[in-house]
Amino acid sequence: MAERERALAPPYGGLFVPRTKVMDPDDVKRAIWRMAHEIIERNHGTDRVVLIGLQTGGVPIGGRLAEAVDSVSGVMVPIGSLDVAFYRDDIGLRPVLPEAATHIPVDLTGKTVVLVDDVLFTGRTVRAALNALSDYGRARAVQLAVMVDRGHRELPIRPDYVGKNLPTRRDEMVDVSEEGVVLGDVMPR
Amino acid sequence: MTATVSATAAPGVGPAAAVRPAARLSTAKPGGRRHLLSIADLDREGIEEILRLTDMFVEVSERPIPRVPALRGKTVVSLFFEDSTRTRLSFEMAAKRLSADTMSFSVSTSAVKKGESLRDTVETIEAMGIDAIVVRHSAAGVPWQIANWTEGAAVINGGDGWHEHPTQALLDCYTIRQQRGRLDGQRIAIVGDIRHSRVARSDVLAFTALGASVTLVAPPTLLPPTLAGWPVEVSHRLDEVLPSCDVVYLLRLQRERMQEALLPSLREYTATYGLTRQRARLLVPGALIMHPGPVNRGVEIAAEVADQPNSVITRQVRNGVAVRMAVLYLLLGSGVDLGV
Repeated sequence: MAERERALAPPYGGLFVPRTKVMDPDDVKRAIWRMAHEIIERNHGTDRVVLIGLQTGGVPIGGRLAEAVDSVSGVMVPIGSLDVAFYRDDIGLRPVLPEAATHIPVDLTGKTVVLVDDVLFTGRTVRAALNALSDYGRARAVQLAVMVDRGHRELPIRPDYVGKNLPTRRDEMVDVSEEGVVLGDVMPR
Repeated sequence: MTATVSATAAPGVGPAAAVRPAARLSTAKPGGRRHLLSIADLDREGIEEILRLTDMFVEVSERPIPRVPALRGKTVVSLFFEDSTRTRLSFEMAAKRLSADTMSFSVSTSAVKKGESLRDTVETIEAMGIDAIVVRHSAAGVPWQIANWTEGAAVINGGDGWHEHPTQALLDCYTIRQQRGRLDGQRIAIVGDIRHSRVARSDVLAFTALGASVTLVAPPTLLPPTLAGWPVEVSHRLDEVLPSCDVVYLLRLQRERMQEALLPSLREYTATYGLTRQRARLLVPGALIMHPGPVNRGVEIAAEVADQPNSVITRQVRNGVAVRMAVLYLLLGSGVDLGV
């Protein structure tokens, strides 16, 4: 789930006040290009690689990563999308509604799944995604690609491919969009 | 209580960084009503949110392992004072696919036989710490009454007397939208025993809320005593309605509720209001044939018509599970309040 939606959803509701532009669109493009190369390098090609974007922020980045992998290797890897709402451990603690239907185009048994998200924060979304993935088959390996790793992990989860490591305060917010990456604050209403 | 939106942009930050609205629905107020008693309590937005969520649960149902952990630790009780096959099984399956625990109560094997009152029965069940009660009862208003008695449990109407059957209407809306793309502008004929039909009452509310136009087709004896306030047209001639409808929705002739002679004979009913093979030819290609079940083959619908490709009766049943998953998830898991 895009971090912006989560931060704005009640009971954390507030206003996102952008402060610093951390990456411009060209920086994002270069990071995607580099991560695509790293994915191919790590997996010795694209054989059995499947990219799965996490709804909603990870999906456009997953699509762009797949295009970049295609440009480099000439192979369009299968891309899917995953909404982890029903697997979250905070159901009942805050409003949890799925954003869009999950679409997994292939049986994941024996595949190398690269999960893609925009921002890695506590790691709880990734934990939920790992649970969800196991319902679609036994992947050979699961890797994690994120545009921004902002720290503050609450679970033993680490990314394999990172666009940018961005030290943040817990109460800040990171917004990833077409316009690049923006660090800002959530102001109470 | 939706998150307010502001476009406070810092210098050098593009307009796309401005905030878009986040939550469409408000959070549940503590102590707020979290029941599904009637379609009348839902507005168009509420119905559409349930249908949107149903899409996700249809996807869950198609997975190799069609189960999600969303309602782990919750308990759903089905409290059925009337016979049912599909509604009860459908709710239990929906609850199990959400990893909730289910308990089933049937009158014939319970202390109701010893004379325990409805209120004591409900309070006993609730005292065990359950999260939702699905009720079916032959008297209208029982789910509402139970909702007033319970403190924590969500109450879902699984059919009350002639009043309403909201989850049936939601699955009907979903099926029509799935097959025809949308409800807006669809011409829907509801045919048969309107008088005794809670399905018809819920369907009329839901279909018209989503922009469809509804024509009721029935002999005068099988229409409600008054149709004042119903946003529908009425016809007594099925043959005139069929060529211009997109969906024909047949109702079951509820012989168990008929205490007086409302029909000369079943054969005469079939001859004038049954969807026979000849009559089915009047339908435009692609028009849907629907029925809430159980089907009286040979009475309101001919056996071979019920099995035609444009008959979506079994699809209604399949969608019923996903719709009920959406309802259970909204009431027990999502933390959002639909205002119902």
